Amino acid sequence: MTENTRKARGLRAIHLTVLPIYLTTLLFVVGPMAYMIALSFMTRAERWGVTAVFTIDNYINIFQPIYLNTFVQSIRLALLSTALIALFGYPFGYFMAKLSPKWRKAVSFLLIVPFWTSSLMRLYGWIIIFRANGTLDGILMGLGITGEPLRLLYTYPAVVVGMVYVLVPFMIFAVYSSAEKMDWSLVEAARDLGASRLQAFLTVSLKLTLPGLLSGVILTFIPSMGLFFIADILGGNKVVLVGSVIQEQLMRSRNWPFAAALAAMLMLMTTLFIYLYRKITKVKDLEGLL
Amino acid sequence: MNDIILELRGVKKSFGQTEVLMGIDLTVNRGEFITLLGPSGCGKTTTLRIISGLDMPDGGSIILEGRDVTYIEPDKRDVNMVFQNYALFPHMSVEENIGYGLKLKKRPRREISDEVEAALLLVQLEGYGKRRPNELSGGQRQRVAIARAIVNKPKILLLDEPLGALDLQLRRQMQIELKRLQKQLGITFIYITHDQEEALNMSDRVAVMREGRFEQIGSPAQIYDEPKTTFVAAFVGNANIIAGIAGESGDGNIAMLHSGGSVRAALRDKTVPHGQLLTLAIRSEQIEIARDSGQESGLRGIVKEKSFAGGMLRIAVELGSGEEIIVSRHGINSALKEGERVVLDWAPGDAVPVEDVGP
Repeated sequence: MTENTRKARGLRAIHLTVLPIYLTTLLFVVGPMAYMIALSFMTRAERWGVTAVFTIDNYINIFQPIYLNTFVQSIRLALLSTALIALFGYPFGYFMAKLSPKWRKAVSFLLIVPFWTSSLMRLYGWIIIFRANGTLDGILMGLGITGEPLRLLYTYPAVVVGMVYVLVPFMIFAVYSSAEKMDWSLVEAARDLGASRLQAFLTVSLKLTLPGLLSGVILTFIPSMGLFFIADILGGNKVVLVGSVIQEQLMRSRNWPFAAALAAMLMLMTTLFIYLYRKITKVKDLEGLL
Repeated sequence: MNDIILELRGVKKSFGQTEVLMGIDLTVNRGEFITLLGPSGCGKTTTLRIISGLDMPDGGSIILEGRDVTYIEPDKRDVNMVFQNYALFPHMSVEENIGYGLKLKKRPRREISDEVEAALLLVQLEGYGKRRPNELSGGQRQRVAIARAIVNKPKILLLDEPLGALDLQLRRQMQIELKRLQKQLGITFIYITHDQEEALNMSDRVAVMREGRFEQIGSPAQIYDEPKTTFVAAFVGNANIIAGIAGESGDGNIAMLHSGGSVRAALRDKTVPHGQLLTLAIRSEQIEIARDSGQESGLRGIVKEKSFAGGMLRIAVELGSGEEIIVSRHGINSALKEGERVVLDWAPGDAVPVEDVGP
């Protein structure tokens, strides 16, 4: 057997072992996506489903102010939520890595437990907390901090709180995983060489946990662009996001091609944002992401 | 009178229930190379961390150039450390690593790059400035770690087993280089190692540590030739420890009576009352070994085993009491056979009475 045929055989063997991965990706990722994009260029049928008549009207429709506005709303909410998530999640994940192994286990267990319940159920819990004369009002009024109900439910802040609540664990774990890998003697070395606590954090710890933070941002930004049920449940009809419009077009109006076009647009926007984000942050290692 | 740069007074430290330092005292002279020598877990790293400020002691004080720095933060002390794992910043180049301390001191850029260049030259790493730590070998990383510390011109340089991760040949070479650097810079070095050869080879003074205390502090010659305790004798000199009863020898020395016979030792400045337990330390190469031919003096035993290692022949002799004594000789040949009856003896001046501190 010559060297080349042996190599070729080896390659073939490698291809064979990864074949299931290709097939799964083809079946569950590429297929549906191609179907969706194809759908977005079709025409809605008179009564039911779609007819295979090519059109770009669906995309033109998106540029009506009413729909554009939902995109702007979605992006604004996603950016705000992601920023808040980073603000809460980063220190949480960072200090979690400094806990003793026993406490680390306990804390990550507590972070995982909520995932055993549907996030829908957990959001209903927030309704009980936020509604007028609900738990939050009860506490604040009981303590005499506020005199009357805050009426937080069905407001923008309620939606933001819901977003942060649902997505913050992803940020925490992303930051934790890079903070946990960090060699803490580097911080000691920085201190020894004359850095104050803050300087040591900024020049060493932050730099070394940045991949965790950056991948946490991606992990939370992508879903926060599309999550619609949080806005539906905690925002009433006041906060209308792209996700809600897609769902409405798909399930109620039965305008599948338009829903597909909206979804494709959302994907494009998200990809664009992540592209820009990677350009700006210049990260290569995103804790295995991307 | 020596110029004292650092003083530890009754420094104590515990981690949870474990007492790591039991109130240690130490004075370090300006410009000296002092080594803390001891087995792992004896508290030497903790001592170093307390001097650097990375750990705070539970009691006692640390005086640096007359100033009490016991509770001063590490960044406010003119002391730098070379970490055991080097702790080089992986996200910075060699230059940035070395210039880190100077940059924090807000020194002008031009000055920093000059100093970094000089430091690289000093540790023989010219041209490596742009590399990342992960592109360097262990020995090169070691040099960067040293350069990063000395560029700050610390009053004291602390070195925590800096050569521990290097192979033997590189270790020997780095020992010589470190010693050269220390002389050249005139910086006080406090060095940690568990390798007695390294300690004896490099230091002006050696402080032997055991279980959170200093067992003996002195020059390498003192530590090696006049160990105070059984621990120092065994750990530093690899000496044989043998115990018997003190008795009269009639020639100014002291006799040790043992079930295997009687041997003599020079008393030096010690007094040992007759009839008391006497423990002697004697190094394997100083023991004379001969066939048993009814000699008057000496310990009787049987050759148990012979082995050859490092150019030395090791002869293990079992005494009647069951104790094993190691005798070593240059060369591979010995007329003595295993199982042969022998007598061990030595010049009185070679055996040192030591305090028995247990295993």
